[in-house]
Order: sequence, then structure tokens, then C-alpha cells
Amino acid sequence: MSAQAPADPVAVGLPGPLGNMVAARLRRRAASERRWAKVTLWLGMAIIGAIVLIAAAAPLLGFVKPDQQNLAQALQAPSLHHPFGTDTLGRDILTRVIYGARIDLTFAFVTTIIPFFFGALVGALAGYRGGWLDTVVNRFVDTVVAFPFIVLILAIVTIEGPGLTGAYVGVFAVGWALYARLTRGEMLVERQREYILAAQILGYSTPRIVLRHALPNVLRASIVFSMADIVLNILLLSSLSYLGLGVSPPTPEWGALVAEGQNVLLTSWWVATLPGLVIVLTGVGFSLIGDGIADRFGRDFTLTGSG
Amino acid sequence: MSAPGTEIHAGAELLDVRDLTIGFPAGEGLLLAADRIDFQVAAGRTVGLVGESGCGKSVTLRSLLGLVPYPGEILAGEIRWLGEDLRGASKQRLAAVRGIEISMIFQDPTACLNPVFTVGDQLIETLRKRGGMGRDDARRRAVELLDRVGVPSPERRLRSYPHQLSGGMRQRVMIAIAISTRPKLLLADEPTTALDVTIQEQILSLLKAFQQENGMAIVLVSHDLGVISETCDEVVVMYAGRMLEAGVREAVMSSPRHPYTRGLIKAMPSLEISDEPPPAPIPGQPPNLADLPPGCPFQPRCELSRPECRSLPVTLDADLAGHGCACPFAEVAV
Amino acid sequence: MSAAEPLLAVSGLTKRFVDRHAVVDKLRRRPPATLTALDGVGFSLLPGETLGVVGESGSGKSTLARCIVRLHEPDAGSVMFEGTDMLSAAGAELRGLRRSIQMVFQDPYTSLNPRLRIGAAVAEPARVHGLIERGEEEDYATELLERVGIRPETVRRYPHEFSGGQRQRIAIARSLAVKPRLLIADEAVSALDVSIQAQLLSLLEQIRSDLGLTMIFIAHQLAVISRLADRVAIMYLGRIVETGATADVFANPRHPYTRALLEAHPRIDGTRVRKPAVRTETPSPYSIPSGCRFHTRCPLAEDVCSRVDPPAVEVPSLRGGHVSACHVLARAAEAHTPAAVGDVGG
Repeated sequence: MSAQAPADPVAVGLPGPLGNMVAARLRRRAASERRWAKVTLWLGMAIIGAIVLIAAAAPLLGFVKPDQQNLAQALQAPSLHHPFGTDTLGRDILTRVIYGARIDLTFAFVTTIIPFFFGALVGALAGYRGGWLDTVVNRFVDTVVAFPFIVLILAIVTIEGPGLTGAYVGVFAVGWALYARLTRGEMLVERQREYILAAQILGYSTPRIVLRHALPNVLRASIVFSMADIVLNILLLSSLSYLGLGVSPPTPEWGALVAEGQNVLLTSWWVATLPGLVIVLTGVGFSLIGDGIADRFGRDFTLTGSG
Repeated sequence: MSAPGTEIHAGAELLDVRDLTIGFPAGEGLLLAADRIDFQVAAGRTVGLVGESGCGKSVTLRSLLGLVPYPGEILAGEIRWLGEDLRGASKQRLAAVRGIEISMIFQDPTACLNPVFTVGDQLIETLRKRGGMGRDDARRRAVELLDRVGVPSPERRLRSYPHQLSGGMRQRVMIAIAISTRPKLLLADEPTTALDVTIQEQILSLLKAFQQENGMAIVLVSHDLGVISETCDEVVVMYAGRMLEAGVREAVMSSPRHPYTRGLIKAMPSLEISDEPPPAPIPGQPPNLADLPPGCPFQPRCELSRPECRSLPVTLDADLAGHGCACPFAEVAV
Repeated sequence: MSAAEPLLAVSGLTKRFVDRHAVVDKLRRRPPATLTALDGVGFSLLPGETLGVVGESGSGKSTLARCIVRLHEPDAGSVMFEGTDMLSAAGAELRGLRRSIQMVFQDPYTSLNPRLRIGAAVAEPARVHGLIERGEEEDYATELLERVGIRPETVRRYPHEFSGGQRQRIAIARSLAVKPRLLIADEAVSALDVSIQAQLLSLLEQIRSDLGLTMIFIAHQLAVISRLADRVAIMYLGRIVETGATADVFANPRHPYTRALLEAHPRIDGTRVRKPAVRTETPSPYSIPSGCRFHTRCPLAEDVCSRVDPPAVEVPSLRGGHVSACHVLARAAEAHTPAAVGDVGG
């Protein structure tokens, strides 16, 4: 579909120079809006991309080991040699942050993607079938969502002992429910759509209809939410570690790093603050991506709708 | 400006639209949803804007009250209401005109009836706020109006919520609200399209009756040539934002000149039984505003098209009082 | 009328939709609100015939179509396709039947999967039913698309790249992929511009004669089906109130509702200051009027009309099979009194 040669007001000869000015202003405004929308998405992707790359390449970058202690160098302010400074045990904080990224990002991705798929599938099926399956799934989802999450984590940690396992189990147990709810909601609407009815009349099997036709069209809300979910999961792990319920020392998880710097916050601010800022930056990056995606989905403006 | 209810001589010109051009940004350029639209509306008369989807008739109508949807804008032209150009009017001036001197009704009454208020609330609110009536007067007048538009048991209906009414009833309520301030001009955007054919008639008769009583002018937008033909005094045929033909209804409908108008009339489903397959007089696809050929936009689908069409100015050769056609190659109708 | 076996025979079809039982109703021991969509609908269709089903909102015409293809399960009645009971078929038998009856819907913007290229969407039914092998899809789709007037180079495009009329053509192509015997067009052209409507009607006529299809064409205006339909059935609030050969029904309508529909067709020659042919609005299908369901709006209504449901009576006609359910007009027909068109508005 070509989009070339829309009317040039000058060539068309709009009455009055005023027309050309307004036209030009309209064009500028539209162009700047488009640019701005692109910026959000690309900025977010740049931030996350950079963090992921650095984290992935960490072992190859020739950093000192993250738990390498050097008490003589303890609590050094940020400098060329130690861009993020050193902590109470003389460990380079930048290195610890980078290695921490590996833990946090892995956690974030895994705890988002797996519940996403599982929840979306369950929700889509329940929404499509309706009946008792839907009722059962609904009650289950309601229960899970209503459950106080921290209590669950504490319980698991009490049983399992502290460590990443508890956090993973906890999020898997609970995280899928919102996705199920979102896709179920969209499926309730989508299953009335005529292309689904056509698929039924054409004699397609239910798995084919749900998986191949309906599912891709009911994921929109879930995808947008998943961006927020990633951020929430990072914060979750960081909070847990901060509280001492997540990873155990000397594992360099971001939240743990913040906890480690608490005591010296007033004298050596960099120990807690810089890891904290990295958490914020990551969160902002994912949020920007989420905004950018939501924008692109939302911008379905067509002219020929109202005659 | 005249207060509501002031007598206007029948036939006096109320609205004069000249060179109206409305643009929407698209990609790197501009789409002209309306391109130099001209028409005049006189008191007691009905002007119809007819065309298929994308022709610009709805956008044109809405622009008369400053309601062009974002991101479109009026690029050029004049909208003279009783001599005053509304295009440059202040927000306050437009607000004063809307709903009082010029009212509008839409295709979907659900869109302009608030679901959380009763019908009576909305009608009475309009009468009090915009009509300046007291509470009891407004209530009485509301019942009168509902009765006038054909709502049975109007007293009880005041307490109904929009969702409790059928489509036709909602439409009548919307009309009641619109004419409650005795506007001099009513803008109707496909008011009967969503209604059953048997109800359509009733609504159109209603509008006609009001017009005769109050000398109200109407601008009616529709894609249905039948509706236009039955209600309008003057007709403007639009295509891809341009006027292709315009004139007095009898002339345009009985002896259409432009190939598009002719095709449209031939394409209308008729009750004629025949063994012949249904005629499809207009080939091709609806116009893509982003991809119009230079000159006449109807070229790709026109049986009369020739190279000269690419440099055609596409202007009518006569105005609404006569019978104007934008195609110089159209045969003169017998 | 030949004694050939009908392709489709529908009888006594009834479908009600029961709302959730409102608390108010429970407390007052009233039954839950029930929408009667179909109330004893029956007709038969010979191979190669086209039946036009016309009705306004609340008439049940879409529900009828969906019951025939078993998107809804009717509460009562039977649907026999070539002698096979459609309503009790299951599994493989149902799948086989599904090949034979296909449907085209009203809204071109939601009847195609937005994420599927049109070639894939059109060829998929044939794959699923084993009519073609993997690898033959694109050729098969191209052929079908050409038949409906879509250029073959566009076979890999997505639905949003096409206009409304083109999407309807694609939807038709998809339904033809399984080589159906019966095609149901549920308001298939109602959402299209007049010029495109005309093209689609012409296309359907052509396909019908090329492929020998039997068709049911559902519309809300009589004029749309005037050229396509051999026979017509007029529906009102879940019943067929009149049916017969199109030419017979148009020339000699024997039901006041049919007359009103014919009267309501706009004329473009002169201004008519018409008196509307029927009063008020269609009653809600939640509360069907007693006796003749049309009596609340009927200009000819007599006392009997509000008490007794009029039986469907055959009236004299040129081509036979003209049936009407009206006390007044059927009586006039029996007495061989030509019911004057001027009756309406009396």
C-alpha cells in the first residue's frame, strides 16, 4: 500500500496562505508525536539492552571476582579504579552490581515468562470453554490473587530455608494467576468474534481454534502487563534479599547489595545508593519499553471510519 | 445574535459554507478529508450530504460546530452562520451556538445519552441550562417534547434510563433534546442508519414535521440515497472529500449528470424482480485518501475517464440553486 | 414444483435465551427473563435454490442461521440436511456435515483472523479436511482468491491491508475452500457501501451459478434479495410470517408486515409525504405479544388478532408455495378477494 503523494497544499492551491501555515503546523505536530513515541521505546530498549549485554559478557570482561575481598581497599569512594567504589570488605561494587545483574535479570525473565505462558494458556482455555472449567479456574485464580504474597514466601522460606529457590517457587505459585485473568477476560470477548465462529463452522478442532486462532489475539493485555511484571519481580527479589530472605551472602544480588550498604549509608553513601540506582534504572528501562509497546498497540487511528 | 425563537423569514440564508477544507496529518503528508466544500442552507430547507464511507461528509458536518476529531484541523474556508464566521470563533461563542442555535443528532444515540442519568434528567437539564427555563416549566416542556417526538407514556418515560429504551426510542429522545431549544439549524449525522426500516420512516417524518412547524433548517448526512431523496431539498454528492455533483433534489436524483451519481443510483437495490444478475455499475475499490490520482478522484473507477481528467480542477459548474456537476465530460442528461 | 428431495429441511425450530435469574424475579417467584429468538420456524430448500430471509431487528434471522450450523443448539425442532439429522450428529459425522454448510458473516472487520495471512486463512479449511496436501496451500488459495476477484499477488498479505469489500470476498473464498453445498450469507453485504454491495451481490450470483450452490441469503431489506432469491421468507419476532416465490410475494404480499417492508422501500423519484405504514416499535422479544405477534403494530388488526395465533395458510399464487400467517389477509385470499394494496394505512 503506497502512502506517497498525499495532497501538497501548495500544489492543490488551498485558498489563502493561512491554509499552508496550518497544514505545515499539522505536519510538524504529527511528526514530533511520532518521534517522541519512538524515543520512549528505543530509549527503554537501549537501557535494557546495555545492561543485559554487560551482564551476559561479565565473565569475559576481565573483572576481578565479585567476592574478591581486599580489606585494605575497604570503603573507597568511587574513582577511576573503582567506578562504583568499594564496600566494607573492599570488594569492587561495580563488579558486584554487574554480577548481580545476572542473578536479577535471570530471575526477572524466568519468573515472568513461565507464569506468562502457563497463565495465558489456562486463562485462554477457561475463557473459551466456559462452563465448569471456567468456574473452577476462576475460583482458583481468585484465591491465588487474594493470597498475601509475603506470607507465602515466608512460609516457603521457613520450609525450604533461605535462598533463591523459595523466591522462584513463590512467584511460580502466584504469578500465573494475573495472566490467566487477563487472557480469560480478553477471550470472553474474542470468542464471539466472527472469525472464531467461522473457525467453528469450518469444523476446526478446539485446540486448533484456541491455540492457533484465538490465543495470539488475546495476549495484548498480558504482554503490556508483563513489562510491569518484570519490574515487579526484580523489586520482589531485591526486597526479599534486603530482608535477608532471598539470596545468602556473599551472593551479589542487587537487593542484598543495598542491604549491605545500609549501615554505612551516612558515611559511605555509594555502597547502598549506587546499586539502588541501578535497580531504578532497570525498572525505568522496562517501563519505557512497556510504554512504547502500549503506544504502538494503541495507535490504530484510521481516517475512513466516519465518512 | 438573535435569541432562540426569533422568527426568521422562510428561505433566508442561514448557513454559508465556502471553500471548507479539512486536513489530517498522515505519514509525511496531509490527507484532505474535505476539499473546498461549498454549500448554503436556507431556513426551512434541508440540504443532504450524500456519499459512501470516507467521502468526508461526516467530518464536514462536525466541522460546522468545531467538532473535527483530533488530529484533524480546518485548513481553509469559511463557515458563515448568520453572517458570522464560526471558523475563527472563540470557544465561548461556539459553546453559545452549540445546542441552542445549531443542534446536532448522531447515528448512535447511546453515544450522547448518559447511561447513568434518566431520560428526564437529561432533557430537563438541557431545558434549564441552555433554555433558561425554571424547574417546573422545564418538566412540563420535557413531557410535551417527549409526546411530540412520539414517545408513548411520556410522564413515565421521564424516569426511564437510556438502556431501558429501544433504539428507536433513544433516537427520539435524542431528537427531543436537540430540538428542545428550538434551534434554527439541525445537523443530522446518519440519524436513521442504525434503525429498522419501518422506524426510519417514522423518524424522518418527525424531522420533517418539526421543520415545517418551526422553519428549522436541516443538514442531513447519509450514505442512503433513498433517505436523502425523500427528505432533502438540495443534495450534495461527495467523493473522497470533493463535491462531484450538487443541486436541487429533483434535478440531481431524476437526471444525475456525474458518472458517480449515476452509478450510485443504478447500484441501489431495487424491488424489481429480474432474471438478470444484479448490476454492479461502479467497479473498483473505495478511494484511498493517501493515494489519490491528480485531478478527479473518481478516475480509477470511472467509465468516462481519459487523460484530461488528471488535470481537472474538479469544481462544480453551477451552484446548489441549480444543478452543478464537476465532470465536464458527463453527457448532458436527456 | 418438482418432488425432488430437499437439500435442507427445517421444522419447528425453537430457540430461547434465558437470562440469569434476577434476584428481583426470584423473590417474586417469577421465571427468569427469557428471550424468544425462534418460535417454531420451518422451511425447506431444494438443491440450487436461493432462499432470501428478511427481517428486522429481533426477527431471529441470525439465530436461525446459527442454529442451522449448530453454533447454537436449538431447544426444539429439527434440521435435516440431505436426510441426515444435523442436530444429533457428532464427532466425525458432524465434521463431515460441516463441510457441506458454510457461512459468511456481516462484519468484514472481524470475520478474518487479523494475524493470519489471507492465503493461509483461505487454504486452512482445505488442509484441515484433508482436501489438499501440505505445500499445495498457496496454489489452492490463489485459485480461490482469483475466483472471488482478489489478485493472486496479494496472497501473503494480512487482512488489514484490504478494504471491507475485499475482506468479504476473502471470507467468501475461505468458505468455498471446503466445497460446500449450501452457503448461508448472514447480512453479508449489509455493512458495505452501496457500490461495493452491488459488486458483492453480483459476485455471489456468479459463484452460485458457477458452483451450483444452494444459498440462504439473510438481509434486513427486501430490495437486497430481490434479484438473488428464488423464494423469500419474511420473519418477525421469531416466526416466518410469510413465504413464497419472490415474484409472488412482491406482487401480492399477503401479510401486513410484508406490505410495510415493501412500502418502506425508498423511492428516489419524488418526495413522498408518506404516512408510516406501521405504528410504534417492534415489541421486545422478551415479551412476545399474545395472539398474532404483529397485532400491536398492524393497521388491519381485528379483535381475533390479539387472541388467536394465526395459522400459516397457503394462498393462491402463480408459482405455488405462497404461505401467509395472517387472519385478515389469508381470509381475503381464500375468498378470492384480491386484497387491495390500499388496505394499508386504513
